Amino acid sequence: MTALRIPPTGLRFENIDKRYGGLFALRRVSFEIAPGECVVLAGRNGSGKTTLLRIAAQIVKPTAGELSFPGPGSPPAASGRPGYVAHATMVYDELTAEENLLLFAKLQDVENPAARAEELLREVGLMERRDSLVRTFSRGMRQRIAIARALIHRPSVLLFDEPATGLDPPGITWLANSLRELNRAGCTVLMSLHGESEMSALATRAVQLDAGSVVADTKFGASLHSILTFGCA
Amino acid sequence: MSLLYNTAILLGKELRTEFRSRELLTTTAVFILIVLVLFSFAINPGTEEAREFAPGLLWLAILFASSLMFQSCFLREQTNDTLSSLRLAVSDPFAIFLAKLIANTLFLLLTELLMLPFFAIFYNIPLWSKLPVLILVLFVGSLGISIAGTAISAISAQARMRELLLPLLLLPLLTPVLVVSSLVTASLLDREPFVQWKGIGFLAVFDLIFLTALWLFGEYLLEE
Amino acid sequence: MGKRIILGAVAILLVIAAAYASFYVAPEERTMGVLQRIFYFHVGSAWAGMDAFLLCFIANLLYVWKRGQKYDWLGVSAAEVGLVLTTVVLITGPIWAKPAWGIYWTWDARLTSTFVLWLLYVSYLLLRTLIEEPERRALLSALFGIFAFIDVPLVFFSIRWWRTQHPAPVIMGGPGSGLDPTMKKVFLFNVLAMHMFAAFLIVERYMLEKMRSEVDILKREAEAQ
Repeated sequence: MTALRIPPTGLRFENIDKRYGGLFALRRVSFEIAPGECVVLAGRNGSGKTTLLRIAAQIVKPTAGELSFPGPGSPPAASGRPGYVAHATMVYDELTAEENLLLFAKLQDVENPAARAEELLREVGLMERRDSLVRTFSRGMRQRIAIARALIHRPSVLLFDEPATGLDPPGITWLANSLRELNRAGCTVLMSLHGESEMSALATRAVQLDAGSVVADTKFGASLHSILTFGCA
Repeated sequence: MSLLYNTAILLGKELRTEFRSRELLTTTAVFILIVLVLFSFAINPGTEEAREFAPGLLWLAILFASSLMFQSCFLREQTNDTLSSLRLAVSDPFAIFLAKLIANTLFLLLTELLMLPFFAIFYNIPLWSKLPVLILVLFVGSLGISIAGTAISAISAQARMRELLLPLLLLPLLTPVLVVSSLVTASLLDREPFVQWKGIGFLAVFDLIFLTALWLFGEYLLEE
Repeated sequence: MGKRIILGAVAILLVIAAAYASFYVAPEERTMGVLQRIFYFHVGSAWAGMDAFLLCFIANLLYVWKRGQKYDWLGVSAAEVGLVLTTVVLITGPIWAKPAWGIYWTWDARLTSTFVLWLLYVSYLLLRTLIEEPERRALLSALFGIFAFIDVPLVFFSIRWWRTQHPAPVIMGGPGSGLDPTMKKVFLFNVLAMHMFAAFLIVERYMLEKMRSEVDILKREAEAQ
């Protein structure tokens, strides 16, 4: 992957609350991710991982608390906006792979959008399918185009919500390798995962959520292994 | 200006998507046709009274067709959660609305123009001499319908029973457009035609007011 | 609690007094006779209804700006009371029209516009029933409420213009019909009484909504355990 040309950015959650009609999806979540760190967000389903990631992506506004991106790169410009990959691909089925990437590149004022789109298609291995409608893609290809979309504007922060879901073992290996390279190039990564895998092996830190609160953080002594395998015998 | 540039890009996406499949255009055009035909069975076609009702019926047909057409407007952004990626990518969320309402106006206008010959034939109304002003009226009216329709589509997409809810919310809101457009079209197609510029001005004011409201409150419509 | 009872008592007393005034204090109108007296109640309700909708609009704006639950409670209360008063207008209109013009509905400009207004706020309330999550419901209905209210002057203006092109019998006299001084006093008294009554209803409905909302939160918390 190409080297980042922007200074690395961190991620800080300060007393983040998110309420839905009286119920707290997130309760006083506070932790900071240093620039270049690769952090796993662990927790049961419904513990608030997706909500926290969507808040970090700035798609959802917290009910209280502050989100910031500290570091030499802030305040974030377009490239400072996080790259976000979730369950949904967030690309258009009725457009081709290339058209999708061009769309998002142009919207985010990427320099030389056509060249950047082509670069990314090559990197995710979708060059031969550049003119195919995304509707015709397999699950693995969809994940790859989703990742390409997230990376199009060279973000310095990456947010991944269970990115390995639906990928076959080769796909997971490819994803792990890509993330490793991006992290080495200076991207800050926050990803939610289940269990130990090739993906979790990239992480140097894990934070565990339960019922919307932070219950464990390897930064404060918890073991990476125990967080990643919570709930398992 | 970044807003206009983003709008242009998104408009390109809307147009490309639609012209690739043309499903929205064809279904809407056929729907207007069906409604016009059914109206003819309900009234006595070919008579003088039918001629008097015709402008109102045309606008009714357009209104009903639009409440179908706008269903997919924001629903199609839900299938792969593309609304989130758009919100992430675009600096001013108003661009999303602007692109959609321009596209919707164009689609609506296109289907109306396609249907005009049928309308003229069914109700025996010569249109040629008044065509330019008629198109102007269709444009100003359709713009108002699209602005309101795009906003309501964003609301109904987030509620249950959205197919029924959209017309329920939209049609009362568009009463002024129906009333004034029918009146202006009627005078235009009268035996002694005349242009009611006051009416066209009113429609323009309606468009401006709702466009401003959408500009002020649009981002809240997209909130999660 | 005490203040609410006082408001309720005052409101009801005023309404009774206004009704008495309409029947016994106001002079009988020359052409219409007793039936004309419904005019005081009809127009009083209309004005109070419009002000209730105005209050709803303000509550909607405040909700979008500040996101306080109380604005949502106020919005729905004002809308419901406004709708009740508007229903009264739509019923008393035809009651007057039938003896006066021989038909129940004459497509009079004001009454027709009031009917569209009624439809708009029925849609507002229907929208609320179709959204489960409280914050989403509050926000989306507030936004629709805002669009609906800015549409109101456009509705009234367009329908009035429509009626100038196709004239029809006017309910309860057009703008030209004057009021005798005593009649004017009775009229204004009715307007005051209906406003007080509306205020009382809105307060009660607000407290009910507040309670419902709190119960709903408790229920959700219990279910989550």
